Amino acid sequence: MASEIVERCHGTDGLVLVGIQRRGVELAERLARLIEQAEGGRVARGKLDITLYRDDLQAIGPRPVVGETSLPPLDGKTVVIVDDVLFTGRTIRAALDEFADFGRPRRILLCVLVDRGGRELPIQADVVGTTVDTSPKDRVDVQVAELDGKDAVDLVRAG
Amino acid sequence: MAPRPRTVDQPAMEDRPSGKVVAPLGKDLVGLEYLSPDQLRMILDTAEPFKEVSERQIKKVPALRGKTIVNLFFEASTRTRISFEFAEKRLSADTVNVASSGSSVSKGETLVDTARNLEAMRIDMVVIRHGSSGSAKFLGDRIRSNVINAGDGKHEHPTQGLLDMLTLRDKFGRIKGLKVAICGDVLHSRVARSNIWGLTKLGAEVAVCGPATLMPRDIESLGVTIIPRIEDAIQWADALNILRLQLERMTSGFIPSLREYNRVFGVTRDRLDKAPKDLVIMHPGPMNRGVEIDSDVADGEHSVILPQVTNGVAVRMAVLYLLAGGSPDWAEGGER
Repeated sequence: MASEIVERCHGTDGLVLVGIQRRGVELAERLARLIEQAEGGRVARGKLDITLYRDDLQAIGPRPVVGETSLPPLDGKTVVIVDDVLFTGRTIRAALDEFADFGRPRRILLCVLVDRGGRELPIQADVVGTTVDTSPKDRVDVQVAELDGKDAVDLVRAG
Repeated sequence: MAPRPRTVDQPAMEDRPSGKVVAPLGKDLVGLEYLSPDQLRMILDTAEPFKEVSERQIKKVPALRGKTIVNLFFEASTRTRISFEFAEKRLSADTVNVASSGSSVSKGETLVDTARNLEAMRIDMVVIRHGSSGSAKFLGDRIRSNVINAGDGKHEHPTQGLLDMLTLRDKFGRIKGLKVAICGDVLHSRVARSNIWGLTKLGAEVAVCGPATLMPRDIESLGVTIIPRIEDAIQWADALNILRLQLERMTSGFIPSLREYNRVFGVTRDRLDKAPKDLVIMHPGPMNRGVEIDSDVADGEHSVILPQVTNGVAVRMAVLYLLAGGSPDWAEGGER
């Protein structure tokens, strides 16, 4: 996935990897390190919490803990959004809105570890780790060693 | 605790530092007396990320888009009203300010009638400042909108209490075990009451210090000790919260004169120099310089009076955000 990002972005110039809280942040950090090992130099990172940009505050109520958002300057950069699972696309919609308040990237790409289908918005990933067919009631649980003690992707079928 | 897998696109409950489900705040925020320690911590934790929003170039997030909030201020206020207004605007809510002068209140309309008329225009929240103790609860019990107390008489000023707690937590990294002395006009002070409730619930030791005429009867029943002399309070405390002498509420000789008050109870550089350690200095504002606090203390290096104001916006954003969530069963995790 790291080399595909570099290929898609034509190198590491102006590249910013932005992880979406929480597991996307860890994945972005790992990808950034892999790219640095392969290409040398340093890749800028950022983290984004989209809680305040969700469209369903009314439906689910607030999540008390809003994570940290810290972004490097984005103007004119090639931003790669990194998240663990792509499902309805609403998280990415919120992230795109939030970027607009922080600057004007030249280009934004989307990189996800798992694409589980089930989109409710016209959003597609550019770089995908793996694709699984799921029904809306299934759960896809991504665990990363930094937060969960191990790396795993579990597909829990409904029922 | 073994890490639990996160269910994608559901609120990640285990992401919370405390790891437990905290009861939602309910419809209104009337006072810190009515909140649990976990709820207090939840508000302070929620305020943290909102600090960053105010540092952004575009100081706005869409969380409360489409909500209408009325700031109903029956008493003079600069800091609190503007702080609430910034908090509301930075969450993208639409706001209207109503002051008692220049509105129908001056024609004799009752509080409930004013609020019901506002509600008929389909508002979502009311922030109220009123001279009568209990007015926020009174209103909250009678209208459907969320009510936030921005100071009711001598009762409580919960968001001020919360911002004081957030400032102390920033400075010391904890609240439990801190020794906080609340100095001055405790009798007239809603700030004192909110501080006492909030700080003692989170495990701080609280003392009050001031002239006997400005000390409410039975204040010890709130779990505080009385330290009669300011010199002793300075010896004891980690932080001083210096209250404003509420000159406008003092009609009958509580103190002989302002000069005498400053001489006996004023927080001065000389007095602080005798303390065994550096004390953090807080004041809810507006200050009477040269009365309860001297200028070189207010502007000194251990003063957090301006950080208090900065934290006020973050705390109020957190309260608005948490109350706006609506759905009481959110804690079970919602569908999306």
